[in-house]
Amino acid sequence: MADQATLNTVAAAADASRGSLSGPRGNRPRPLFSTRNIVLYGTLTLAAIYYLVPLYVMVVTSLKSMPEIRMGNIFSPPVEITFEPWVKAWAQACTGLNCDGLSRGFGNSIRITIPSVIISILIASINGYALANWRFKGMETFFTVLVIGAFIPYQVMIYPIVIVLREIGIYGTLSGLIVVHTIFGMPILTLLFRNYFASLPEELFKAARVDGAGFWNIYFRIMLPMSLPIFVVAMIIQITGIWNDFLFGVVFTRPEYYPMTVQLNNIVNSVQGVKEYNVNMAATILTGLVPLIVYFVSGKLFVRGIAAGAVKG
Amino acid sequence: MNTSVSVKDLTLKFGAVTVLDKLNLDIKDGEFLVLLGSSGCGKSTLLNCIAGLLEPTDGQIFIKDKNVTWEEPKDRGIGMVFQSYALYPQMSVEKNLSFGLRIAGMDKAEIDKRVARASEILQIGPLLQRKPAALSGGQRQRVAIGRALVRDVDVFLFDEPLSNLDAKLRSELRVEIKRLHQNLKNTMIYVTHDQIEALTLADRIAIMRSGLIQQLDDPMTIYNEPNNLYVAGFIGSPAMNFFKGEITSADGRPAFVTNGVTFMLDGYRAKNPLQPGTKAVLGLRPEHISVDGPETVNTHQAVVEIEEPMGADNLIWLKHAGQSMSVRIGGNRRYRPGAQVKLAYDMSLASLFDAESELRI
Repeated sequence: MADQATLNTVAAAADASRGSLSGPRGNRPRPLFSTRNIVLYGTLTLAAIYYLVPLYVMVVTSLKSMPEIRMGNIFSPPVEITFEPWVKAWAQACTGLNCDGLSRGFGNSIRITIPSVIISILIASINGYALANWRFKGMETFFTVLVIGAFIPYQVMIYPIVIVLREIGIYGTLSGLIVVHTIFGMPILTLLFRNYFASLPEELFKAARVDGAGFWNIYFRIMLPMSLPIFVVAMIIQITGIWNDFLFGVVFTRPEYYPMTVQLNNIVNSVQGVKEYNVNMAATILTGLVPLIVYFVSGKLFVRGIAAGAVKG
Repeated sequence: MNTSVSVKDLTLKFGAVTVLDKLNLDIKDGEFLVLLGSSGCGKSTLLNCIAGLLEPTDGQIFIKDKNVTWEEPKDRGIGMVFQSYALYPQMSVEKNLSFGLRIAGMDKAEIDKRVARASEILQIGPLLQRKPAALSGGQRQRVAIGRALVRDVDVFLFDEPLSNLDAKLRSELRVEIKRLHQNLKNTMIYVTHDQIEALTLADRIAIMRSGLIQQLDDPMTIYNEPNNLYVAGFIGSPAMNFFKGEITSADGRPAFVTNGVTFMLDGYRAKNPLQPGTKAVLGLRPEHISVDGPETVNTHQAVVEIEEPMGADNLIWLKHAGQSMSVRIGGNRRYRPGAQVKLAYDMSLASLFDAESELRI
């Protein structure tokens, strides 16, 4: 209305006459090169460089030929780009008995990782759900044992487990290694799931019980659909953990089942002939590729899952 | 009338803490019972025990004359509505409503019929395909009520269903719940800490404090004749004015003296004979005191300290008998601080409590 407009102008004029229009107003401007900004971005940039330089050296070296590497400029980009080392690392490098590169190890790692991840997450999520939502006799004890399990160093248990697996008759087989990975993933994953399920509203669980849903119905139809972020977190933890595992792979399998990490070690540490740095670099990158891809694809969900109460007590 | 829900000697302990102590409660068929109390008084715990979500340490629970103490929640013939609505976030409204029925393996046609009936009663028909996240608080709570409705239960349990809503929606839904009860005539047990909800909805109110029922009566009795000091102070907003003093007799009639001020107790309906010399507490509700009205046997002078106009009402705070007291008067009657006023009391509406036992005299 005209009245209102007039009032506004009058008010503005009054403000102007008092000089208040020239005073601070709205967002406070922040200078671009303040100490705060320099420290903040400076630290972040340094940290980023610190982590990225080794990766850069690896990629660059893997694309050089051996004569070029011998010139010794490890930071200079390749003069002549060659993919020969990558092909060799994947298909021809010699590891002990056979000379078919990392491809065999890759296959083994896949066959170890996929079942281990699925089985361990399935069991751990059910454990966590039971611990968080259902009261049962001995749950305190069970929980304490699990928490202790998370802190016992692996090395202590290796020999006993070797004996147990031998007695069962699966020592040295893929399934033996899968069982080991599942067991060792259990404490931390169960804690993770328990904390997540405990952070979901309790009334939801009560409502489902009043609606007549039992243990499995609540788990599959109420809890699971709400827990995608935490499943992604668990998957990332397990995939990277199991893929990068070296110790269990050496101890619990025979050479024909060695995972990629063990093969990588055999390639890099082979004592015969010249050190082929470019092949070693390519092989290392190839081995690290799977966890790297997993992070890139699911990084967003990972952060969301962590934020969604995964780390809350 | 038949009893619908009956709680006998119910005791619940969490470790060393006793939450409910030998609690007994009979709820009539079709009754709307409100469990009222401040937080931590055990009202929600009692409701969870009735629902079967908590196992009692001792005691029994009967629903429709059947001992359900060991039954699963789903077998008790109850439906429950929660404060946080507790809708399944990944399911549409329709799926939320039908979840219990689908679990029970009911046939599709019957499910559809029940969902349609519930959505008609609660007017949530247009929302059926939406997810809970796309609903407002009031709509969510309506769906939560619908979830109890479709299961065709004998007893509805409400656990502070309106506490998460804003004031306007709360009063709207309150009326709706009352209407629902009048239409369905089911037994309803309703937990709240809001005395307005309790007074407006209940057939009877059970006021709880530290696991014990302090008083179980219809709202008017609770308001007019509180059993003890706690109930008197809990019910009523603004709170009842209390005066500590002694029962005496003046001119052969019972009276109450505090700080040298005498209140004649003419018209007070005492439960027990008034013994002069008893230490007592006199309770007067702000709305039962008249200001500048006709003179009575109890007419005192007081000075206005503060005025709180609230639109319909005007609350004035006075200095009287050495303490501060509030009086509620009509919204159009205004008093400036410092004004001298004449107070008169209706002793038939007053409450008198024993100072020691805190029980009504």
